[in-house]
Amino acid sequence: MKKALLKFFQRIEPDKSKRLLHTGYEAFFTFAFVPNHVTKDGVHVRDGMDLKRLMTFVVLSMQLCYLLGTYNIGHQHFVALGQFTGLFEGFHLKLSYGLVKLLPMWIVAHVVGLGIEFYFSAKRGHGVEEGYLVTGALIPLIMPPDLPLWILTLSIIFAVIIGKEAFGGTGMNVVNIALLARVFVFFAYPGDISGDEVWVAGLTKAAEGGMADYGWFTLHVLNPLFDTFGWTGFDPAAAVVDGYTGATPLALASKGGWDAVTQVYTPSQMFWGIIPGSVGETGKPFIVLGALMLIATGVASWRIMVSMAMGMVFMGLVFNAWGFNPLMEVPWYYHFSMGSFLFAMAYMATDPVTAASTNKGKWLYGFFIGVVGMLVRVMNPAYPEGWMLAILFMNVFAPLIDYFVLQGNIKKRLKYVQQ
Amino acid sequence: MKKSTSPFFLTLSMMLLAQGVFAQGSGSQGSDLLLYGLLAAVVLIFFYLLMQVSDHMLAIEAQRMGLNPDQRKKVGIIPSMTAGLFSKSAPAYVGKAPFIPLKKGFNILLEGAAEKKVATGDQVRTFGLEPGQFLGMSPIPKVLVEEGANVKAGDLLFYDKKRPEIQYAAPVSGEVIEIRRGEKRSITAIVILADKELQYRTFDAFDLEKSSREDLVTYLLDAGVWPHIRQRPYNIVPNPQDIPRDIFISTFDTAPLAPDLDLVVEGRGDVFQKGLDVLGKLTPGKVVLGLNANGKTAPSAVFTGAQGVEKFWFSGKHPAGNPGVQIHNIRPIGAKDQVWVLGVQDVLTMGALFASKKYDAARTVAVAGAELNHPQYVRTYLGASIADLVKDNLKHEHVRAISGDILSGSKLGMSNFLGFYDDQLTIVKEGDDFELFGWLIPQEGRPSVSGTYPNVLFPARQYQASTNTRGERRAFVMTGQYEDLLPMSIYPQHVLKAVITGDYEGMEGLGLKELVEEDVALCEFACTSKQPLQKILREGLDLMHAEE
Repeated sequence: MKKALLKFFQRIEPDKSKRLLHTGYEAFFTFAFVPNHVTKDGVHVRDGMDLKRLMTFVVLSMQLCYLLGTYNIGHQHFVALGQFTGLFEGFHLKLSYGLVKLLPMWIVAHVVGLGIEFYFSAKRGHGVEEGYLVTGALIPLIMPPDLPLWILTLSIIFAVIIGKEAFGGTGMNVVNIALLARVFVFFAYPGDISGDEVWVAGLTKAAEGGMADYGWFTLHVLNPLFDTFGWTGFDPAAAVVDGYTGATPLALASKGGWDAVTQVYTPSQMFWGIIPGSVGETGKPFIVLGALMLIATGVASWRIMVSMAMGMVFMGLVFNAWGFNPLMEVPWYYHFSMGSFLFAMAYMATDPVTAASTNKGKWLYGFFIGVVGMLVRVMNPAYPEGWMLAILFMNVFAPLIDYFVLQGNIKKRLKYVQQ
Repeated sequence: MKKSTSPFFLTLSMMLLAQGVFAQGSGSQGSDLLLYGLLAAVVLIFFYLLMQVSDHMLAIEAQRMGLNPDQRKKVGIIPSMTAGLFSKSAPAYVGKAPFIPLKKGFNILLEGAAEKKVATGDQVRTFGLEPGQFLGMSPIPKVLVEEGANVKAGDLLFYDKKRPEIQYAAPVSGEVIEIRRGEKRSITAIVILADKELQYRTFDAFDLEKSSREDLVTYLLDAGVWPHIRQRPYNIVPNPQDIPRDIFISTFDTAPLAPDLDLVVEGRGDVFQKGLDVLGKLTPGKVVLGLNANGKTAPSAVFTGAQGVEKFWFSGKHPAGNPGVQIHNIRPIGAKDQVWVLGVQDVLTMGALFASKKYDAARTVAVAGAELNHPQYVRTYLGASIADLVKDNLKHEHVRAISGDILSGSKLGMSNFLGFYDDQLTIVKEGDDFELFGWLIPQEGRPSVSGTYPNVLFPARQYQASTNTRGERRAFVMTGQYEDLLPMSIYPQHVLKAVITGDYEGMEGLGLKELVEEDVALCEFACTSKQPLQKILREGLDLMHAEE
C-alpha cells in the first residue's frame, strides 16, 4: 500500500514552475509521507519530533472540546425552545444541529486560512508551515455558533494577512492569530459576538418572543432523512420558552453576583459545560484533560498555565477583599467555572510564538495574563470577560519581558567576564 | 547590626499604617481579609530582608577571612538551605570533593554500544591526517614530505602557513602513499601506509623541573604535539604565545555510544600523570579534571588518584561530560581569558613524549553502531582509515560513518580517516526512505526528547539510529526546548537568534563565546523546527573571532 500510494503521489506531482500548485502538492505529500531527506551538516540523527507532530498534538488535545461543543450547540438550542431538555433526549437532533452549525465554520476556517498560507508559502518559496493547523482548529471553538460565515471569512483574512504574513509568516507573529480573528469580530461586528443574544444558535431572538430559525439544509435534507427512519425532526414552529434568556453565567454574575448565577445554572451544569457560550470553552473537564495532555507531552508550557492560574487567583483574592461590585464578590474559585479562563489558559496563552520565550519570562507572562484578564473581566462595565484582551495585551509585552530576563543574564555574565 | 534595624522600623511603620487602614475599614469581612493579607506580606518581607542582610553580612565576613571564591560560595544562609533541599546528594565515593549535580540534559540511548574488550587493530594499515579538520587553517598548508617518502612516527608532515610554528606530526611510521588534493589544489589528506613495526623519531630528554615555560612550549611545538591542545573560546589550536588561565580535562564522555575512558587509560596511570605534570607547567592556574559521579562505582583510579590537579565531580545527563559545560559550571571564561582543553588520549600522547621520549599517537577507538556485527574497541593510532576500521564488520553498505558521536561528529566516507581529536567511530543507517505517516504513527522506535512519543515510559530502551531528518526545516516555533537541554546559564535560542540577526552585543553578552558546537548539538538534535544550530553557532564564533 505504501508503494502504491508513493507511486500515485509521484505520478500526480505537478510541474515545479507552477509554484502555488507545487507548494500545495508538497504540503499534502509531506502530510502522507515523511520525506526521504537525510541530515547534512551538524547533527546526524534527528529527534522524531517535528512541527507537524507538535501542531497535531495540540489539535488532538482539543478533540473532546469539539465533541462536547458540537453537542452543546444543539442542546442549548433545544433548551431555549423548551424541547428535549434532558441532556440525552433528542440526541440525533442535537448532534446533527451542532454539526450543521460547526462544520461550515471549520471548513471555512481551514479553506480560507490554509489558502492564504499556501499562497504566501508559494510566494516565499518554502514549504507550508503547519502553524495554521492549530489556529484553524481554534477559531471555530472561540466564535459564537451563529456567526455569519462571511464575517468569519473576513476575520480570518484579516488575522492571517495582517497578523501573520505581514510579519513574515509562522513563527514571526507578535499576537495570537486565533485571538486576532476573534478580536476583529469583537470590534468590527460587536453585535454578533457580545451580549446575551449570540451564544445560543438558531433562534430569531434568544429571549421571549423568539422563534426557531432553521435553514434550508435542516428543513429539506435532515428532516426528510430523519422521517425515513421514523425519528423526530426539527420543528420550524417552535418558540422560545417564557422567561428564557441566553445569558451566560458571567453576564448573570456581573449583574447579580454568584446568587444570580445559581438561580439559572447548577454548578454541575457549569462544570460539564452544558451552558451557553463559545463553542469550545464550556466543557471544563475536557479542557483540563486537554491541558494535562499538553503538559504531559511537553507540547505546551506548564509554567504559563500554572502562573496564569496563580495570577487569576491572586486577583480574585484581591477583588474578594475589595468587594466593590457584584462580580468582585464572587468567590475566587468560582471564576474557574465561569467564562473561558481554562480554555484561554490551555490553548491561547501557551502559544509558544507569541508568549515569552524564556522560562523565567513565562512565569511573569502567565501571571500578568491572569491579573490583567481578571481586571478586564471584573472591572469592565460593558463586557464581562477579559482573557482575549489580556492575552493580546501580554502578547505585545512578551518581548519586553524577555528583554529584561536577557538583560539579567547579560548583567550576570558581565560580573564574571570583567573580573 | 545597624543594617538589620532598618527593616524593623519599616515593619513597625507598616503596622502602624495598617492600624490606620483597620480603623477606616467598615469592618466587613472583605477588608479584614485585605488587612490580614497585608500583614502577612509585611511579615514575609521582614523575614526575607532579615535573611538577606544576614546572608550578606556572612559573605562580607567570609571575604575578610580571605576565603577563595569557591569556598565563599558555600558560606551563607540561603545557599546552604537550598543546596540541602533541592540538589541531588553526591555518591559516597565522591567524599568531600566539590560535587556539581547538573539537572538539565538528555541521554540518547542507541543500540550498538562497543563491547568492553579491546581488539588489536591489526587490520588497520593506512592512516591519514586531514588538514581541513583544524578550524581556521589555510586550505593549502605547507607539506614537508613527498609522496613515496618514508617517515617515522613523530616526523613533521605539514604546517599552517598562517602560523608556521604550529606543526603537525605523523602518527605512525611508514611510506607516504598519497597526498590527496581537493578543489583548487587544496590538500585534503596525507596518507601513510604503516610499517609492521613502528619506527619512532627520537627526542632529546627534557628536564621538566629545571626548564622554563618558554623552553617547554618550544619543545612541544617541535615535537608536533602542540595541536593536541585546543583553546576555548572557539575550539581552535591556541597560539604558542598565549597563556591559558586554566587547563580543563573531562575524564568522561556522555555522548551517545561514547567510549568508556576508564577502559582507555587502564594501566597507563603513570603516563597520564606525566601528561598532567607537563600541562601544570603550561598554565599559571590549575589543571582541572572533571570526574564522573554518575556511576554506581567510582571511575578509574588513574583519574581519581591524579596528583597536582583540581578535581570536580559532575553528575547528570549529556552534555555533562562536555568540557565546555564543566568549565561554565566551575569557572566560566572571562572576556580576556582563554582556557585550554585536552582529551584524555591527548594527555596520554603528551605524557608519553616525556615518559618514553617518543610521539606515541596510540588511540583506543570505540567502533560503535547498530549496523556493525561486532561493535568493539580497537587499539590503533590517530587518523586510522575508516575502511580498515570497519573491515568485515558491516552488516550492510547503506550506512554513514561518523568520526565522533552522532551529535557533533563529522560525516566521513570510507576513504577518509578518523578525526584528530576523535576516539569514536559511529556507524548509522542512512535514512533516505519515505515513511508513511511517519511523523504521526512511526513504524519503528526512534530516539526522542519529546513526551509525545511513548519513549518516556521506557527509559532504558535503546533505539536504532537513522540519519533521516524526521521532518522538514521550519521557522523557530517552540521555545524553552533548548533551555531545558543545556546545563549552563545561557539562553541558547536567544544567543543563536542574536547570531542570525547579526546582533554582536547580544552574542557577546549572552555568552556565545562559552559555547562550542558539541554543547548545542543536543539542542539541535531535539529541535522541532530542524534548525542547523551548530552551523549558526560556528558562524557567530567565526564573526567574533574575526573581530578580535
